[in-house]
Amino acid sequence: MREVRKEIRPNRAVFEPGERGGLRRSLVRAGWIATGAAAALVFPAAAWAGDDQNALHPASKQEHSISVLWWVMLAGCSIGFCVVATLLLLGWVRRNRDSLPFGGGDRAGTAIVVGLGVFVPIVVLSSLFVWSDLFLIRTTEAPAANSTRMSIQVIGHDWWWEVRYPGGRAVTANEIHIPVRTRVDVAGTTADVIHSFWVPELNRKADLIPGRVNHLLLDADRPGEYRGQCAEFCGQQHAHMAMYVFADPPDVFRRWLANEERPARQPATAQAREGQHLFLSLPCSGCHMIRGTSADGTIGPDLTHLATRKTLAALTLPNHPPDLARWIEDPQRYKPGSKMPGFSLTSRERDALVAYLEGLK
Amino acid sequence: MAVTVREPARQRVDRLERIWAEPRGVFGWLTTTDHKRIGLLYFFTALAFFGAGGIEALLMRAQLSEPNEKLLSPETYDQLMTMHGVTMIFLFVIPMTTGAFGNYLVPLMIGARDMAFPRMNALSYWLFLASGLFMYYSVFTHAAPNAGWFDYVPLALNQFSPGRNIDFYALGLIFNGIASTATAINLIATTFKLRAPGMSMNRMPLFCFAILAVSLSLIFALPSLTADLVFLELQRNLGFHFFDVANGGDPLLWQHLFWLFGHPEVYIIILPAFGIATSIIPTFARRKMIFPLVALAELLVAFIGFGVWAHRMFATGLPTITLVFFAAASMMVVIPSAIQIFAWTVTVALGRPEFRTPLLFIGGFILLFVIGGLSGIMFAAIPFDQATTDTYFVVAHFHFIIFGAAVFPILGGFYYWFPKITGRLYHEGLGKLSFWLTFLGTALTFFPMHILGLIGMPRRVYTYPSSLGWGPYNLSETVGAFILTAGLLVIFGNLVWSRFRGPPAGPDPWHGGTLEWATTSPPPPYNFPVIPVVTSAYPNWDRDDRRADAGRLERGELVLDEGHETPASTVVDAVPDEVVEMPGESPWPLAVALCTALLFVMLLTRHYAVAGIFAAMTLLAVAAWHSQEPQEQ
Repeated sequence: MREVRKEIRPNRAVFEPGERGGLRRSLVRAGWIATGAAAALVFPAAAWAGDDQNALHPASKQEHSISVLWWVMLAGCSIGFCVVATLLLLGWVRRNRDSLPFGGGDRAGTAIVVGLGVFVPIVVLSSLFVWSDLFLIRTTEAPAANSTRMSIQVIGHDWWWEVRYPGGRAVTANEIHIPVRTRVDVAGTTADVIHSFWVPELNRKADLIPGRVNHLLLDADRPGEYRGQCAEFCGQQHAHMAMYVFADPPDVFRRWLANEERPARQPATAQAREGQHLFLSLPCSGCHMIRGTSADGTIGPDLTHLATRKTLAALTLPNHPPDLARWIEDPQRYKPGSKMPGFSLTSRERDALVAYLEGLK
Repeated sequence: MAVTVREPARQRVDRLERIWAEPRGVFGWLTTTDHKRIGLLYFFTALAFFGAGGIEALLMRAQLSEPNEKLLSPETYDQLMTMHGVTMIFLFVIPMTTGAFGNYLVPLMIGARDMAFPRMNALSYWLFLASGLFMYYSVFTHAAPNAGWFDYVPLALNQFSPGRNIDFYALGLIFNGIASTATAINLIATTFKLRAPGMSMNRMPLFCFAILAVSLSLIFALPSLTADLVFLELQRNLGFHFFDVANGGDPLLWQHLFWLFGHPEVYIIILPAFGIATSIIPTFARRKMIFPLVALAELLVAFIGFGVWAHRMFATGLPTITLVFFAAASMMVVIPSAIQIFAWTVTVALGRPEFRTPLLFIGGFILLFVIGGLSGIMFAAIPFDQATTDTYFVVAHFHFIIFGAAVFPILGGFYYWFPKITGRLYHEGLGKLSFWLTFLGTALTFFPMHILGLIGMPRRVYTYPSSLGWGPYNLSETVGAFILTAGLLVIFGNLVWSRFRGPPAGPDPWHGGTLEWATTSPPPPYNFPVIPVVTSAYPNWDRDDRRADAGRLERGELVLDEGHETPASTVVDAVPDEVVEMPGESPWPLAVALCTALLFVMLLTRHYAVAGIFAAMTLLAVAAWHSQEPQEQ
């Protein structure tokens, strides 16, 4: 052993001229502590950040159990990280000490490795497994058939969401209304590629896969609007495939649904009538449906009650007349790759079309 | 071990020099079968692809630096995202770890003179290079794969992805898989058969165990991917129906086969890095690793890795009982990883560590890997997985694994073996600076992604609205990515500068325990003038044994200076059982690779008849190659 140590020394003398010092060491230590403190602060910050699509802002029993699971696991993981970091730190503190022995027996090391690397994980992981994968999973599981008050169908399209209410009379897009504190089953399918339905404040996600119907429970605790977004890469406009879930008080929901089920309103003004005429004569009606008119396309969203929606093109734009006008004229500018082509319209035609569509309450 | 200059020894060494010499210049590199030269070819090629993948990442980070940024079109973003994944996994990490590190180091560590199949080794490299160029050709024609590296169907089918993009992906990866399989077979044969006398299985370096585990994983995992890709090509180009529901196919078939490869793949990526860590730690902590436990853990990780694939599919609506099974398996795989983490940290804590640059990188690796591993455990909690899968939380998790746990040891390994490969020492101060830049850059780039995932940002989006509060986190990640790049550039600059200006390193600057430190730096073409005889797991720490080697050189025992030879030994106990005649340099591997490349180009362009001709030419080239077998003596 002696001989070995001598052999190492020349290297150090040549390539690492005296680099120790109390100040430096304490600085480094402070750095570690600061890093740890920052890490401890950063995650809780997530709970307050971003108000709209935040998985740590549960608004349902399901999401509440997911976020509890997260906080418990975060605590456990922080302890685990500290244990490993402490061992490394111990090495750091003991670095470059020639008085320490070279080599060394395996017995103490083996005991620690078997204890911390085998026994502790077995106990901790078994507990986590039983709690989360056997018990907690029951709250987020797909609802049993006929166990819910209502079932709605959500169909993913490139790149928007079709929403159908029971009986097929009410059909809308991208904005889902549900009654608050009511168990609602979402039956998810897709019209083209795989999408994933995800409203972080309400529940886990469910993939929408060709040939399958995947079920998910929505059961909002409190009224509100909850943003969601497609979570499976589905092509160019995956980024612009968002949706809202509105949890409405029961009477508001009933009024909304009754209105949705009615065919479209007749245009009230001359301008709107001109707009309707345009809509039906331009290619619009080949892709979009407006119930009560001859427009019966199924490629794009149903526009029967477009004016009741807050947004356009799966939340790409707000649903205001100027935005609608811009969207109709050049959808490819806002959503490149979208199936909707742009139309070159005169400003009179454009305004008529917008007047008609914004009258579809 | 510096070569002694007594006369009989000198003559033997001269003979070895003559026998193992290869042609100089470009021709020498094109026909080489020297595992060290092939390792270097792998190294530089993989490094070039790392640069390409890095540029792709920086472009994406620039696009995401603020909401509604218009730097890249969605189509370009999707191509960059796909190529970044494909490049980093198939063209950087695997070739770098198995191809460069495995090739260069395994024969040196086990005291062999080359790989078991030197010409197949050359073939692997040329196939790998050709497959990489094949895929990158698509980038320059703006027809790069664009459906993500996981390439889910039906998005990847003709109906939604017309054009050649996906064919570049599928054919390129089938092509690449041939190269990886050949490397894996070679490494298995080498570690099993070419170990120095006395290096029984329980004395084989842990790095070689890791490489062995990876190679076994590769040959079992790749067929699943290849089958999947062949199905995809058959459906895209010849009208088969593996994945379309209307004709009885199932899109989930793609996912099952893909992840049956794709999850072992994660361990394929990190296991060699574990091996690098287990090489660096004992050297700088001056303490041996706990042996059988860690070797077992390395093999166990590779094995259990095959039973966890469906945890990538928890949101696809599989029955709950299936989810629970795979969640349990995913938790089990934590245990061998935990064994290794504690084996490393305990060795550092109880040893006498010197925190030189390589050990700093390993320290950084352990911290990053623990974070990535712990967030990985969270995905075994099914409800949490189903909430965070396909969000930036996953992106954070696997970058801590792939960048933190795989690339950090690779970078540490660059520094650690640099003196061995070049014979010069790198600049320690710059090395430390590069570590801190890389480490802080990594933390700043990938840590905020956890939060982004929790506050709702999905993966694979090319833009995002400003109303969701994601901007600041994304901006900090972009800043982090550039700090990280600066760190990588400092490493690069340090190594380039030191290659020409560094002080001489001598054979063993770190006093490492494994056999590569027992020969000169850089090692001669025959690696060792005398085949070392091994009596422990850290043979280079057995000074008496190494002195005995020098004695044997003088007496002419185990020098094998009669021909182009290396000794083979029994699989478990490493008792020498024969002397293997090694084939010399040959142009045929390159020719076979060229024919194969043209075959794939013809498949891509759907000239199936011409493809048949090139397939026949490939076989002819293989036949010509075998006409030059080394003679039995």
